[in-house]
Amino acid sequence: MEANNPYRRGLHRWSILLACCTLLLVVAGGLVTSRDAGLSVPDWPLSYGKLMPPMEGGILYEHGHRMVATTVGLFTIVSMIWILRTERRRWLRWLGVAALVAVIAQGVLGGMTVLFLLPWWISTSHACLAQLFFSTTVAIALFTSDWWLAGPETIHEDERHPIRGLSLLAPVSVLGQLALGAAARHKAIGTIFHISFSPVVTGVILWVSLRILLHYPRHRELRRGAVTLLGITFCQVFLGIAAYMTRIAYADAVQPMPLMVTFTVIHVAVGALTMAASVALAILVRRNVPAISSGFAGARAVAAG
Amino acid sequence: MWENQYLKRLLAAPLLFLAACGTGSQPKPEAAAVQNLPAAHVDPATAGSITGRITFAGTPPAMPVIDFSSNPQCERAHKTPWKAETVVVNPNGTLSNVFVWIKDGLPPARWDAPSEPAHLDQNGCIYEPHVLGIMEGQPLEILNSDPVNHNVHAESKVNAAWNESQPPRAEHKFKRFDSAEVLFPVTCSVHPWMKSYIGVSPHPFFAVTGAEGTFTLKGVPPGTYTVEAVHEKYGRKEGKLTLEAGGKATIDFAYGS
Repeated sequence: MEANNPYRRGLHRWSILLACCTLLLVVAGGLVTSRDAGLSVPDWPLSYGKLMPPMEGGILYEHGHRMVATTVGLFTIVSMIWILRTERRRWLRWLGVAALVAVIAQGVLGGMTVLFLLPWWISTSHACLAQLFFSTTVAIALFTSDWWLAGPETIHEDERHPIRGLSLLAPVSVLGQLALGAAARHKAIGTIFHISFSPVVTGVILWVSLRILLHYPRHRELRRGAVTLLGITFCQVFLGIAAYMTRIAYADAVQPMPLMVTFTVIHVAVGALTMAASVALAILVRRNVPAISSGFAGARAVAAG
Repeated sequence: MWENQYLKRLLAAPLLFLAACGTGSQPKPEAAAVQNLPAAHVDPATAGSITGRITFAGTPPAMPVIDFSSNPQCERAHKTPWKAETVVVNPNGTLSNVFVWIKDGLPPARWDAPSEPAHLDQNGCIYEPHVLGIMEGQPLEILNSDPVNHNVHAESKVNAAWNESQPPRAEHKFKRFDSAEVLFPVTCSVHPWMKSYIGVSPHPFFAVTGAEGTFTLKGVPPGTYTVEAVHEKYGRKEGKLTLEAGGKATIDFAYGS
């Protein structure tokens, strides 16, 4: 199917830009929560009844987040129109539409959490959907690349060390961990749940990545995907420890402390990267390691490691 | 603010199935029940007073100096470093900002709230006072004496929570709380160090300790009462006492680090 689709450099670069802006949006959202600025602008969709309120104190973070979100929303509309006009892959066209629906839902959730004074279930949903949306934009960037359009290098699934099903476990467990982290940040649960689950999700990532590195080492795409996920996860674990330690150190602070904000926001951003990397790895596995019954038609076969 | 109310209803409509999760901001039915009670009457001839002192034992915790640098106008309002008011221990070893009230023992009655408003000011990007006592139904007048935008977020759980902006030179806001609630924070997310506490009492027998760390509840009818002291950091303490007709009763509370 990919062979019928010409590579469109403009669309691919636009998709990368959208993914980068979305990561910036995740950072902006993390700053709002970490700076306790979520309710600094009580009205929505306007801010203090204006399009541009005075950018002072917490308003800078909350309204800045809204401005980046608006930009991402507009970029997503352009992306969807571009995909619908140029893409032949039906599933990618639907993915473009799904991305737009997600970003609209995300905006509505953001407005609701302000108007309803940060109820934990809306704020947590808003945080989780942000992570899913970022992964979607990364996936679109992946699907529009010339490298993707060149087709898969298929490889036999090792029956003793299956990877197709296992690869899905990583994004699912990462999403669970992100949801626990978001719920803890919005005071629905204690941080202990997020901390307790971190060995589980780290273990799952190690399991998936090491299985690829040990049993599918000759497949370059899978190997790179696994190493990337491992590297990001390694950083994320230490960032999580740092973020927690700064929270303990500043437990009696009467205002958000810069070091705590910095580590927490980087932890949130790298969490988004972990999610995206696990989704990308699962996509690569499912593309390059066909189900045993589906055969290898039209693929560049690579011998298993 | 009507736009916000309209938007809230519009957005909430498809989410009714999630209403069970709740936002914790609905008023409780006790307020209506109070209206059906007989009007309270205190005979001045038998009324007495309750006094006390809130002491603090141990080393007072060092309060952090607030960093106002995120807003230069807030910074300019303070010529000297301003410390957080979470724990204010007076030179005489007593504790400020403790809300004291008669928690239990008064006969069921409806106490009419004063028409005079209680005041909460935003001055120098600080709430004044830090702890405020108010009666159910009494108006609360909120001022913004600063040249900057503030939002005022009443984080009440029993009473309906609200969050409203208050630009500089805006009209004063007037609010009421219909149910007793001791204590809840009032915060500003524009300036996250700003925090005040409000205690809503169903009767007029409450006080907040100041620079002497003492309190006096006047005009109290004779009876046996549970008196409660509430501090934002050190929590609640209570004690029982009996007040004779026309008498004076004393109860002290001790906090410590």
